[in-house]
Amino acid sequence: MAELTSIPRLLARNSRAYGARPAYREKEFGIWQSWTWSEAEAEIEALALGLLDIGLSPGEHVAIIGRNRPQFYMAMVAVQSVAAVPVPVYQDSVAEEIAYVLDHCGARMAIVEDQEQVDKIIEIRGRLPGLSEILYVDKRGLRKYDHTHLTPLEQVQEMGRASKDRHEAELNRRRDGIGYDDTCVMLYTSGTTGRPKGVVLSNRNIIETSKASAEFDKLTETESVLAYLPMAWVGDFIFSIGQAYWCGFCVNCPEQTSTMYENLHEIGPTYFFAPPRYFEERITILTIRMEDAGAIKRGMYKWFMKLASRVGPRILDGKPVGVLDRVLYAVGNVLVYRPVRNRAGMSNVRVAYTAGEAIGPEIFDFWRSLGINLKQLYGQTEASVFITQQPDNEVRADTVGVPSPGVELRIAESGEVFYRSPGVFVEYYKNAESTASTKDAEGWVATGDAGFIEEGTGHLRIIDRAKDVGKLANGALFAPKYVENKLKFFPNILEAVVHGADREYCTAFINIDLTAVGNWAERNNIAYASYQELAGHQQVLDTVQAHVEEVNRSLATDDMLSGCQIHRFLVLHKELDADDGELTRTRKVRRKIIGEKFHDLVAALYDGSERVSTETEVTYEDGRKGSIKATLEIREAKTVPVEVKTLEDVVEAAE
Amino acid sequence: MNALAGNYTTADGRKIGGVMMEMKNITLKFGGVTAISDISFDIHEGEIRAIIGPNGAGKSSMLNVISGFYHPQEGEVWFRGKKRPPMKPYEVARQGVARTFQNIALFDGMSTLDNIMTGRLTHMKAPMWRQALWWGGAEAEEVVNRRQVEKIIDFLEIQHIRKTPVGRLPYGLKKRVELARALAAEPKLLLLDEPMAGMNVEEKEDMSRFILDVNDEFGTTIALIEHDMGVVMDLSDRVVVMDYGRKIGDGTPDEVRKNQDVIDAYLGVEH
Repeated sequence: MAELTSIPRLLARNSRAYGARPAYREKEFGIWQSWTWSEAEAEIEALALGLLDIGLSPGEHVAIIGRNRPQFYMAMVAVQSVAAVPVPVYQDSVAEEIAYVLDHCGARMAIVEDQEQVDKIIEIRGRLPGLSEILYVDKRGLRKYDHTHLTPLEQVQEMGRASKDRHEAELNRRRDGIGYDDTCVMLYTSGTTGRPKGVVLSNRNIIETSKASAEFDKLTETESVLAYLPMAWVGDFIFSIGQAYWCGFCVNCPEQTSTMYENLHEIGPTYFFAPPRYFEERITILTIRMEDAGAIKRGMYKWFMKLASRVGPRILDGKPVGVLDRVLYAVGNVLVYRPVRNRAGMSNVRVAYTAGEAIGPEIFDFWRSLGINLKQLYGQTEASVFITQQPDNEVRADTVGVPSPGVELRIAESGEVFYRSPGVFVEYYKNAESTASTKDAEGWVATGDAGFIEEGTGHLRIIDRAKDVGKLANGALFAPKYVENKLKFFPNILEAVVHGADREYCTAFINIDLTAVGNWAERNNIAYASYQELAGHQQVLDTVQAHVEEVNRSLATDDMLSGCQIHRFLVLHKELDADDGELTRTRKVRRKIIGEKFHDLVAALYDGSERVSTETEVTYEDGRKGSIKATLEIREAKTVPVEVKTLEDVVEAAE
Repeated sequence: MNALAGNYTTADGRKIGGVMMEMKNITLKFGGVTAISDISFDIHEGEIRAIIGPNGAGKSSMLNVISGFYHPQEGEVWFRGKKRPPMKPYEVARQGVARTFQNIALFDGMSTLDNIMTGRLTHMKAPMWRQALWWGGAEAEEVVNRRQVEKIIDFLEIQHIRKTPVGRLPYGLKKRVELARALAAEPKLLLLDEPMAGMNVEEKEDMSRFILDVNDEFGTTIALIEHDMGVVMDLSDRVVVMDYGRKIGDGTPDEVRKNQDVIDAYLGVEH
């Protein structure tokens, strides 16, 4: 057996070993359609031959732009089969962002989903001399386009099948020539600062990481996952290609982005990944639904959820629990927990992960108390995802787990976390300078996060982004993300941005959650026409103020961060949006850009004014720009007086 | 006149076929009120034909004549080369004419899927008792029909509301479901009564794209009534302009835009 040193080789192995098992499913026309591993192999080979036929050369880059669909996963492997490099791109990127990526990697071809994406590429085509072909999946609306360099993917497959005799030898030669250290995929990091960087990951990076992480959680070919997170994100590549090909399990694709919840429910995956935001959202929806339910159901739900939060996590971790509680929990399981798990599509989940941001302890425990094995992991693109993860039965909300198999950790004197592993990326494409400043000669990579390893358990705890951690003017430690996460645990608060570095005190921008607050408004007969109007409503401000004050009380009890209490805040007049550059495509806050863009609001938070008028430019989905004007009220929040503790005090106390 | 003669090719390269429907000297009266007086125009295979005009111009009445709901006192309706005798609307529907309504006429309590399935009624042969019992060919027939409906659901991107009762949907989506139901009948001629009424800009853009795609993908001939002039001029191949029940203009959007009578009717004229 050839060594399993590339994705195409894993494909051949899967086709032999699991030929009749499903590799991909996608719901189309209301029915789950599936491809077995041997069918997938045939599809991929046809496309690979077709790509040879239209002249794709080794080492060239091919952009992949679309939502999670089997065609795109297969296209990525087809591209790899001819020794070229797939570059998945965020499908919701505006033309300008796509232009940067395609230009930077010198993409030769782009495989895109539909008219929307074709239009974007055509718009920027003049600036991309290297781009010779656009291939597309969905032909709708494209009939009248000039098809000189625009071809349906199916047709390329046809050409591949027709030219098999001519190209088969070349395909075999290229496929067999792929080395373990050759590039597997290139992924652009969203980057909370500056331009995206192209992270080059080798076959070794992907396969070693997939192998180790699959063994860690004992994943097998019988798992099933739902692929719904952006294909351009490293996590999706590891779960839906790396681990899926290593284990030979099935990747299910939703019918549409908006049918994800329903499809999740239908598929009932065994292995599931979602960002904290997802778990928060589901609780928000569940809470809203329960508020609309009858009194008996509501009472039952409240009573049993209380029981679950007390004993659920202990039962899950196999810790001692009284007989009565166990019996009651079993009753609750039939009446409440199982139906909730079922609705959430979590009936079959054996392992679930959350990562990307810190998750609120309340949210984390909510899901665990229902009997779902939800764990945290910590990773980044440069590590092929895995840096640390939580083993079964060692799960806590405040750590991100122990180093993943094969990963070494080191904490620098500055507090920054460094790691070294087989998954460490090769380089940033065409950016030797950044590569050198991130990865040293011995292969240690800086995470950019500050943290420490907990004594006794060996778990890693992350404090904040290293560059965001700072001090207030009085020397107290300032960790904005920690405070923001506390705020975001309230269903009414979607996003928060805390300011305070080198200032007298902390202040915050708040984004309300339109789903939760909108539902509240509906139930209380409060009419509103827009996000902006609801965000400025007095009662909404009162509610947010109560939340902020609760966070302050909680912060006051924290040794390290009691100085970060929020003195003044405002509710923003617009939702922070990736299209306006305020968030990354993975929805992380871009602190610097927000600080610059809303500098007038920040100034007002610190100059004592009670109102501030502002005008903000917004970008619509199709790239057009407009502006909104607003007058915002600034509120003062009650704080709890505390003794100021500086960073040095904290470090001393820890020693 | 360029286009009115017969086959022609549009600016974007679509080939428009021969005459599909011809209205000859139609006059429609309600008691003493003349809603339509002596109007003639035709609709070609594969084109998007708009009927516009100020309020009360008789546009909806005209659509109702085409759909067989009203019977004109004078004039003839020719459809696919044959003079159409007075017919019931369902008989017209069987000939391949489907429509949507200005003020949405869906079954609120039924799901999107079921609403669209009703559009397949003209394609169902099994008698009602068989359909109720799934007896004989009824099940196979339903499978065939469901497949067609799913294609339309996919086409109009309404998978996420497949099982949602229509009454719970926002206005823009209801309009889309109505279009889906009309399409389910696989019409030769699709009549749209103010498809964009009450929509915001984004919904209008979506709907315009769907109308163009329907015409492009299925080759469906479309006749639409619309208030929004911008939309009409962008969408349609040819436009009939009505005012007080008379035809005051007919031609491509450009021709109509330059027509002095049309300008007067829309902007008013000093007397």
